[in-house]
Amino acid sequence: MANRIVAARLLADKTMLFEIEAEHIARRGKAGQFIILRVADDGERIPLTIAHRDEAKGTITIVAQEVGKTTRILNALKVGDEILDLAGPLGKPTDVPAGDKTVLCVGGGIGNAVVWPMATAMKAAGNKVITILGARTKDLLILEDEVRAVSDELIITTDDGSYGREGLVTHAIDQLVADGVHIDECICIGPVIMMKFVCKTTKPHGIKTLASLNPIMVDGTGMCGACRVTVDGKTRFACVEGPEFDGHLTDFDELMSRLSYYKNEEAHSLEMADHDCKMIAAADKLTTETDS
Amino acid sequence: MADEKKKPTYKFNKSKTKTPMREQPPEERIKNFNEVPLGFTCEEATAEGQRCIQCKKRPCIAGCPVGVDIPAFMNLVGEGLYEEALRKVKEKNFLPAICGRVCPQEDQCELVCTMNKPEKNREPGGVGRVERFLGDYAMEHDLNILPSKEAATGKSVAIIGSGPAGLTAASDLIQKGHDVTVFEALHRPGGVLFYGIPEFRLPKKILIKEIDGLKDMGVKFIMNYPVGKAESLNSIRERFDAVFIGVGAGLPWFMGIPGENLNGVYSANEFLTRVNLMGGYQFPEKSDTPIKKIKKVAVIGGGNVAMDSARTAKRLDPDHVYLIYRRTKAELPARIEESHHAAEEFIDFQLLHAPIEIIGENGAVTGIKCQEMELGEPDDSGRRRPVPIEGAYKTWEVDTVVVAIGQGPNPILTADCPELDLNERRGTILVQDELTMRTNLENVWAGGDIVTGGATVILAMGAGRNAATSIHSYLMSESGVTAR
Ligand SMILES: Cc1cc2nc3c(=O)[nH]c(=O)nc-3n(C[C@H](O)[C@H](O)[C@H](O)COP(=O)(O)OP(=O)(O)OC[C@H]3O[C@@H](n4cnc5c(N)ncnc54)[C@H](O)[C@@H]3O)c2cc1C
Ligand SMILES: Cc1cc2nc3c(=O)[nH]c(=O)nc-3n(C[C@H](O)[C@H](O)[C@H](O)COP(=O)(O)OP(=O)(O)OC[C@H]3O[C@@H](n4cnc5c(N)ncnc54)[C@H](O)[C@@H]3O)c2cc1C
Ligand code: SF4
Ligand code: SF4
Ligand code: FES
Repeated sequence: MANRIVAARLLADKTMLFEIEAEHIARRGKAGQFIILRVADDGERIPLTIAHRDEAKGTITIVAQEVGKTTRILNALKVGDEILDLAGPLGKPTDVPAGDKTVLCVGGGIGNAVVWPMATAMKAAGNKVITILGARTKDLLILEDEVRAVSDELIITTDDGSYGREGLVTHAIDQLVADGVHIDECICIGPVIMMKFVCKTTKPHGIKTLASLNPIMVDGTGMCGACRVTVDGKTRFACVEGPEFDGHLTDFDELMSRLSYYKNEEAHSLEMADHDCKMIAAADKLTTETDS
Repeated sequence: MADEKKKPTYKFNKSKTKTPMREQPPEERIKNFNEVPLGFTCEEATAEGQRCIQCKKRPCIAGCPVGVDIPAFMNLVGEGLYEEALRKVKEKNFLPAICGRVCPQEDQCELVCTMNKPEKNREPGGVGRVERFLGDYAMEHDLNILPSKEAATGKSVAIIGSGPAGLTAASDLIQKGHDVTVFEALHRPGGVLFYGIPEFRLPKKILIKEIDGLKDMGVKFIMNYPVGKAESLNSIRERFDAVFIGVGAGLPWFMGIPGENLNGVYSANEFLTRVNLMGGYQFPEKSDTPIKKIKKVAVIGGGNVAMDSARTAKRLDPDHVYLIYRRTKAELPARIEESHHAAEEFIDFQLLHAPIEIIGENGAVTGIKCQEMELGEPDDSGRRRPVPIEGAYKTWEVDTVVVAIGQGPNPILTADCPELDLNERRGTILVQDELTMRTNLENVWAGGDIVTGGATVILAMGAGRNAATSIHSYLMSESGVTAR
């Protein structure tokens, strides 16, 4: 189990796709599940969704957006490098309707990487899949082709109107409803604030909506409780009981607050890493200068 | 064996009290994560070995859950024969450096020692201290007392979970010549010994060395492999001739009071994991896992886990650490040494208080409100039950709360295999009896906290050993060879 990277591709600014050898995860993983990885010996454990699996090749695909130190180190890895620790598949698989249903998949930002396996599973089970992918601007839109291939209908929105429809994903949902499109179920994944508003939009129409939550996790095996979220007034551990929960019952404000708890520490960690990088660069420069 | 009966050549050391062990002074040790008790010198160990009067009844042996031959090794240490003494201990306990540090000796071997006469100010033999000395001695002198390995049997055993139960079973089974593979969900082996018990109580290098010893003997360790997720239990059962489950009781309980999901509220597991497993106390210089700068901390609970949390918190340089427990000092479930060390380290014990609400502002903890309690009538267990004093509340200002009220069995593995019989209420795995530790499934055994609920290191080791014995005879009889 060497977790070797066999393919790496830049999808958008600060967003990388990696295909990694992980045979047992490729075999057992299902849509909606995630892995936890570490990239350095003193590194943090971070959760990332299994965006795609290739059972025959024994590989999984992950898509990571650089937001802090760990994702920065990860995204600098190259083909042939190995991921130090990789555990999974974790969490519960997506609850896929048995077929004949119209399912609306809504993704925003990096969440589009999670929509990909979900839409794939929904489609494979025989459902009609309508997908809305949102991005701030055209350059940040990822996995359009992959998601299009598994959707009966694909709607793209950009905040600045640089591509697809101008506006937010919620506008596109309103439009579908206004057009009288029947939707049995909705599943959304993206920034917490986006999921909160998607759920607000679907609720009055009585559309069952699942949200894939992304709280801070440590072990991902139910051992620490860092990932706790409140759903229907009850505390749940997202890593074992989720990450998908009924969005109409989820306390998104609490989730946002909990996600921001280490903001200062994380910024500090990144600053230190930046500083180290600069020092190394400076030292490199010095050696090259003295060498020449 | 002959040497067991041999009369000591030395005169017993008639000291009433245990040979003291030097410690880092409290003012200093709260500024570092180094070990608190510093260990015995050879002279000190010899003196303590000679304190054991080699009494006839030797009740200490039965007091030890794994039946270590205490008088024999105390005698050998008294003679200065440390290597022989170590061999004697290792016959029953392959982790002396660890048990010597973490066993609740005062409730086990030392409790029943003939010399233990508190009314006469007489202390028991310092069994734990000597055992620790022997473990450390072996490491310092690189004494590789690898037990001999029997010829390969061609049988394979999977061990799920690398806590003390799994490690003990692995050690016993590899010695019997079986092919042993340990599967662990986390990225480091050791279970609670790694992620829970802090560095200042059990230095990680000791644990790593013991595990390296197992690797040297041929045990394979597969990390990052949560069985039930990465592979089903049934698939493991097919791939291996026998399976031992030692996945522990790692599911943290919360109190179910308002405010528990505020920022700043941790389970003890999360708090200790961030600091121990992930090295958070060295954030951001040497670790990427953050731990908040804390000012005032309330730790809830009175067991070892609570003491470890409080003492860990203290080392992160806060202004104040409260330990809130709903009964009195006499009922504290922690080892005496732990609560004693905690008190020395300026932990503020607030006894007879039960938290009823965690107060917050802008999503973060600002205080904890407690109900004052008094002791009422004894309950079924004979312990006096704490009862609320009507209308009496107290609130402390804190920015961090660590909940250390206990933990239940982790359901990741058991949820994946509904055929496995569980105690429905507690979620623990049912075994047929404690001698064999067999579950209802054909080639599956279980032991440690996953069977008993949160217990102790040595009980988990004992269970791992019993299971290993039973697994061995199963494997050998299956192949037609009579088991010993
Ligand atoms: C189930 C799940 C699936 C996810 N899937 C993806 C994915 O497919 N692609 C992707 O790019 N990101 C995904 N994330 C988010 C990803 O885990 C975080 O971006 C990552 O942990 C940030 O680590 P860092 O060290 O780079 O940044 P940090 O500097 O540590 O943090 C930056 C921000 O990321 C969030 N974060 C920090 N630590 C964690 C943590 N352990 N768990 C969750 N969030 C954290 C916080 O909001 C923080 O403010 C997922 C999260 C969860 C819970
Ligand atoms: C903070 C703390 C302090 C303590 N102090 C003491 C003390 O001083 N003295 C004492 O005697 N006892 C103490 N205890 C209790 C003692 O540590 C436990 O009773 C003992 O560790 C139980 O051993 P175990 O092998 O059953 O399980 P654990 O030590 O819990 O190990 C179980 C292992 O299995 C792994 N696992 C879980 N699920 C899976 C899966 N599905 N697949 C693969 N691996 C899995 C876990 O990650 C873990 O590594 C303490 C406990 C804690 C939490
Ligand atoms: S293993 Fe524990 S109980 Fe047994 S003799 Fe050693 S310290 Fe005492
Ligand atoms: S009971 Fe005490 S005195 Fe007797 S043999 Fe055991 S340790 Fe020695
Ligand atoms: S991440 Fe630790 S319990 Fe969910």
